[in-house]
Amino acid sequence: MIKVRAKKHLVTSHGPIDLAVDFQIAGNEFVTVFGPSGAGKTTVLRMIAGLTAPDEGLIEVDGEVWFDSEKGINIPVQKRAISFVFQDYNLFPNMTVRQNLQYALSVGADEKLIDELLAMVHLSELQHRRPGLLSGGQKQRVALIRALLRKPKIFLLDEPLSALDLDMRLKLQDEIVNLYERFRVPTIFVTHDLSEIFKMSNCVFVLEGGIITRSGRPDEVFGQDNISGKFKFVGTILDITQDNFLYIVTIQIGQNITKVVATEDEAAELKVGTRVVVSAKAFNPIIMRLS
Amino acid sequence: MSDFDLSPLVLTFKLAVITTVILLAVGVPLAYWLTFSRSRMKTLVEPLVSMPLVLPPTVLGFYILVLFSPNSLIGNFFETVLHVRVVFTFLGLVIGSVIFSLPFMVNPIKAALESFPHSLIEASYTLGKSRRETLLKVILPNIKPAIITGVVMAFAHTVGEFGVVLMIGGSIPGSTRTASIAIFSEVEALNYGNAYVYSGILFLIAFAILFTLNLLNRNKVHGVS
Repeated sequence: MIKVRAKKHLVTSHGPIDLAVDFQIAGNEFVTVFGPSGAGKTTVLRMIAGLTAPDEGLIEVDGEVWFDSEKGINIPVQKRAISFVFQDYNLFPNMTVRQNLQYALSVGADEKLIDELLAMVHLSELQHRRPGLLSGGQKQRVALIRALLRKPKIFLLDEPLSALDLDMRLKLQDEIVNLYERFRVPTIFVTHDLSEIFKMSNCVFVLEGGIITRSGRPDEVFGQDNISGKFKFVGTILDITQDNFLYIVTIQIGQNITKVVATEDEAAELKVGTRVVVSAKAFNPIIMRLS
Repeated sequence: MSDFDLSPLVLTFKLAVITTVILLAVGVPLAYWLTFSRSRMKTLVEPLVSMPLVLPPTVLGFYILVLFSPNSLIGNFFETVLHVRVVFTFLGLVIGSVIFSLPFMVNPIKAALESFPHSLIEASYTLGKSRRETLLKVILPNIKPAIITGVVMAFAHTVGEFGVVLMIGGSIPGSTRTASIAIFSEVEALNYGNAYVYSGILFLIAFAILFTLNLLNRNKVHGVS
């Protein structure tokens, strides 16, 4: 059980905000946090990790108090059993892949776990390379398993895939889920990619202006829950053109561009730039406004 | 070239090596403190470290001379309690050189620490590593070029120093007469031959040092990126 109740005044690039979050994560849930930039997503993770101190509040993980402003408790980051994955990997350039992993392993721990995790992310062959010679996806894989070598009580990921191209993102989404299954610890995954939320988690928090405005299952939070689509993708509208009685909506989904037909009523709700879910019921794709 | 004496050169390098070793031990912690401390003392210490860059060496030498003279409080303490004399001895040269070359060691290391990505330090902390371990295993190995630069510059600067040495040490052969002082004395005595040899050797050494430094740092850049 993870309890987070924290307040902090932040000055972001979008102006000052008062971050005030209060949530609990029960069991080993995989939670995603979604929100515009400057909403305080990263700060929430950093407060749990101990990299940033809240102005006031309480952070408790598995009955251990990590932060309590009333009692003056603030356990340093080194003493918190966390795994933190950064957006920009943060591998140590002076060490090889294996040395990066060995550095993370606590003293006297069995190196078998390193071999197991390297095999899990298909990097056994590259373990003696320096990070400078790896691709972005490979670097982030190393960072993921390096973080997990600490056998954490909570797994924190700060937009880990946002610097990668779509192909690599899709692969790493699967690998993150595999690693999550292997360690089974509560996980908080910050992202601004809706497809990641739909694919990876059953619970999403929407953080806007420092406050959690909505939470729940992704399809409840972002779409109407009456879609029983066989498949669905999240995309952005690039263009809407009228063709006789119908409208042709051009949508970018990841790196793909697709055209979907919409009726006049449907098209009235949409405009260029709108985020939408494209789902298909049997044969006819339906598009639905997201925000 | 009458009675050429090697001892000034030997003495110069002994002084430079000792000074550099002391500076390395002092400079790294000092640079770390100047970069990461939030203490108010920092605003006072920072200009003091860089003072030797702008202060005439004779001024620095003069102060040390006065401070450590047997008649002063500190000099008296050294003489009666520790039984060592500082002025006009090799020890005095070491003290003067350490102070005089301090910015050459501290400033490159400080600059490297300031531009070192803080996120790498945080990554190390999230892996449960202490500040000390992070410094030794993550920060220092990655700023090696700056440390090498600091070492070489401090060494080279000590080899070439004149004013401080002359003020504190005078020109006692075998004890305080370094190469740069020897050149001055030889010219004064119109022994141009010896002055040529000393100067030539120092010139070659200075060139060799900078040449190697560039070579080392070029390789380092390729190795790290």
